[in-house]
Amino acid sequence: MEIFVAILFVCLAVGIVFVRLSSVRKEAERLRDEPEVEISAPTIEAPAPEPRERLGTRVRTLLSRGGTEAWEALHDLLLKADVGPSAAARLVERVRARWSREADAESLLREEMVEILGPDSRLSLPDEGLGVILVVGVNGSGKTTTIGKLARRLAGEGRTVSIAGADTFRAAAGEQLEVWAVRAGAHIVSQERGADPGSVVFDAVKSAVARGSDVLIVDTAGRLHTKTPLMDELQKIGRVARKAGASVTETLLVLDATTGQNGIAQAKAFTEAVNVSGIVLTKLDGTAKGGVVLAVREELGVPVRLVGTGEGPDDIQPFRAEIFANRILAS
Amino acid sequence: MFDTLTAKLDGTFKKLRSRGKLHPKQVDNALDDMRTALLEADVALEVADAFLGRVRTRALSEEVMKSLTPAQQVIKVVRDELQATLGGEHVRFVVPSARRAVVMMAGVQGSGKTTACAKLAFRLKKDGRRPVLVAADLERPAAVEQLFTLGREIGVPVVSEGRDPVKVAKAALKEADRKGYDVVIVDTAGRLHVDEEMMRQARRIRDVVKPDHVLMACDAMTGQDAVIQARAFLAEVETTGFILTKLDGDARGGAALSITAVTGKPVFFAGVGEKPADLEEFHPDRMAGRILGMGDVLSLIDKATDTLDADEAKASAEKMLQGAFTLEDFLGQLRQMRQLGPIQDLLKMLPGMPGGKSAFKDLADQVDENKLRQAEALILSMTPDERRNPGIISGSRRLRIARGAGSTTSDVNTLLKDFEGARKMMRTMMGGGKGFPGMFTMPPKAARGPKR
Repeated sequence: MEIFVAILFVCLAVGIVFVRLSSVRKEAERLRDEPEVEISAPTIEAPAPEPRERLGTRVRTLLSRGGTEAWEALHDLLLKADVGPSAAARLVERVRARWSREADAESLLREEMVEILGPDSRLSLPDEGLGVILVVGVNGSGKTTTIGKLARRLAGEGRTVSIAGADTFRAAAGEQLEVWAVRAGAHIVSQERGADPGSVVFDAVKSAVARGSDVLIVDTAGRLHTKTPLMDELQKIGRVARKAGASVTETLLVLDATTGQNGIAQAKAFTEAVNVSGIVLTKLDGTAKGGVVLAVREELGVPVRLVGTGEGPDDIQPFRAEIFANRILAS
Repeated sequence: MFDTLTAKLDGTFKKLRSRGKLHPKQVDNALDDMRTALLEADVALEVADAFLGRVRTRALSEEVMKSLTPAQQVIKVVRDELQATLGGEHVRFVVPSARRAVVMMAGVQGSGKTTACAKLAFRLKKDGRRPVLVAADLERPAAVEQLFTLGREIGVPVVSEGRDPVKVAKAALKEADRKGYDVVIVDTAGRLHVDEEMMRQARRIRDVVKPDHVLMACDAMTGQDAVIQARAFLAEVETTGFILTKLDGDARGGAALSITAVTGKPVFFAGVGEKPADLEEFHPDRMAGRILGMGDVLSLIDKATDTLDADEAKASAEKMLQGAFTLEDFLGQLRQMRQLGPIQDLLKMLPGMPGGKSAFKDLADQVDENKLRQAEALILSMTPDERRNPGIISGSRRLRIARGAGSTTSDVNTLLKDFEGARKMMRTMMGGGKGFPGMFTMPPKAARGPKR
């Protein structure tokens, strides 16, 4: 019955709105005919930027005075790094439980963060046969650039690399990937825009196997994690790869370091859909710290594998928890 | 899109409402809850604290504390301040029409500049302007090709002559003047605000094209970094406003609050999908209402006026008020509503009680798109007579209908029973045609039409 009630309510609302709308429309037309006026935006005074100082000194000073102020400062520092309120509160609790006058709060915090992030891990690629790396993420997170850099890196390690351009949705995605493939000396398989991504992957696996490639990296269209049909499409890509005779060895989620708490929702949705094995944290060359990966690791157990630090062909590195923690501490 | 923040604030307000008299300590507890909610929604720390500070001062004033309904007053204060933080009044995006105008798009990598340029061009073209797109992003591989493709799709010319973005922009202005294009939209490369050289380049493009607007594309999913970026772009290229992109996901949209609060520049548009038409005007008052779960009936109106026939919609609403609609009407309505968007989303736009959650949110959660499709198939399998008068549906007709829709007779029975139930329920609720008291009353301010 709900569906009927639902539809009826919506129609009713729309209908009533239309009845009331004639006056609104007249007013709108009147306004449209009026001469244009200059825009004056409302001004809300921006607070003065805080002086940059190292956490260590600030917290140490506060701690020496004692009191909760120090812990609040620590909490706020984590919040500014996008760690998020709950993960930040948990972290501060852990540090607080271990802290004594003799201990260094900065080192404790670093240790706790490294502990959460787990041991640094490498991409797992098979010693024999074709390894398939599926790269997924929301629009604009940096998938294509990451693939270009990764292809170059793997090629530099002496592997033969193939790339599948399965982003058949975005305009010129294939052309962008092709430029990167040339830079990396990788072989690329793509089809025209609007083609079925599954068929691209099927062709790519077949051709990579035939050429004796070591790795096939699959680029996928950016998709918001809330769009179910698009998430289903990713599962299909995995199935097609298996059908073509290879299995996905790594599924990398590309996460923009400027992303806030929505990163948790992204990681959850992609993990549920395609079993994400690792995260590539991109755009770490800006001011963003990417603290949300702490919450992602805690809640989902997905490790960070690689970091992107620029648009240059070599701006990709294995993730190091210690360096990451230091960036958060140095604010 | 603001679901989670709404849910959080709901809980906080419920706690407040359950008390008759307010103690300052209770207000502080509520504010603490709210701080967590805002930070989880990615509101910048400094903006959240400034916002809560203002709410606290006003909430603890004598006027509020001594009023008969202090909790309600606090909620009102929150709503007012939220709207103020989102930029106060809606600011209309105006480009001069008496001469050739220029709009420059800027932002960090992956914020959605190129898509936003195409959507803006599409919108201006629809408004009767003659826009031209300039591909001045020469950094990202194939960015120029991307804009050319998008331009072809929306029927807007694209120019990109030269190897230096400043020269490309300069040449484009000349071309526009020669060919009589009246709005030049310049897409630029994504650049990090810390990249001094690239920021200087943006400044040079700005100096050459002398834009009427510099729009910064800002990803709605951005966290605390949003305010740092927004300030840097404001300082370097004098941003005049924002386009908030990717708002069709589940981003809690804290960036929307933060960037306006720290720059004083309005959000003009929100990107809400992948199609050229998926660019909506941004209304702070509506957005504030949405955050607090007050529904967004005004956005629904905008959608409806764009897609539906007014007279038809009026007529069917009247039928509904009299409880005289049939399965045929229902089918027509279902198809019309589908044009507006997923039914769940529409339901969430309907208003509930102030400060409470939308009355239709639970309903929205129960609507199953598969069931909807099944119902549609069953109704389509009926003859027009059967749709108008379900009473004539006998056992054999039931079997035929079920077969036609690929389901069972028990599904047909459920459908008919549910429809009758819904019809009865609507009749009771509408009190025989008098309507829902106050339910669809528009706020008087909003009824005055678009603001500038």
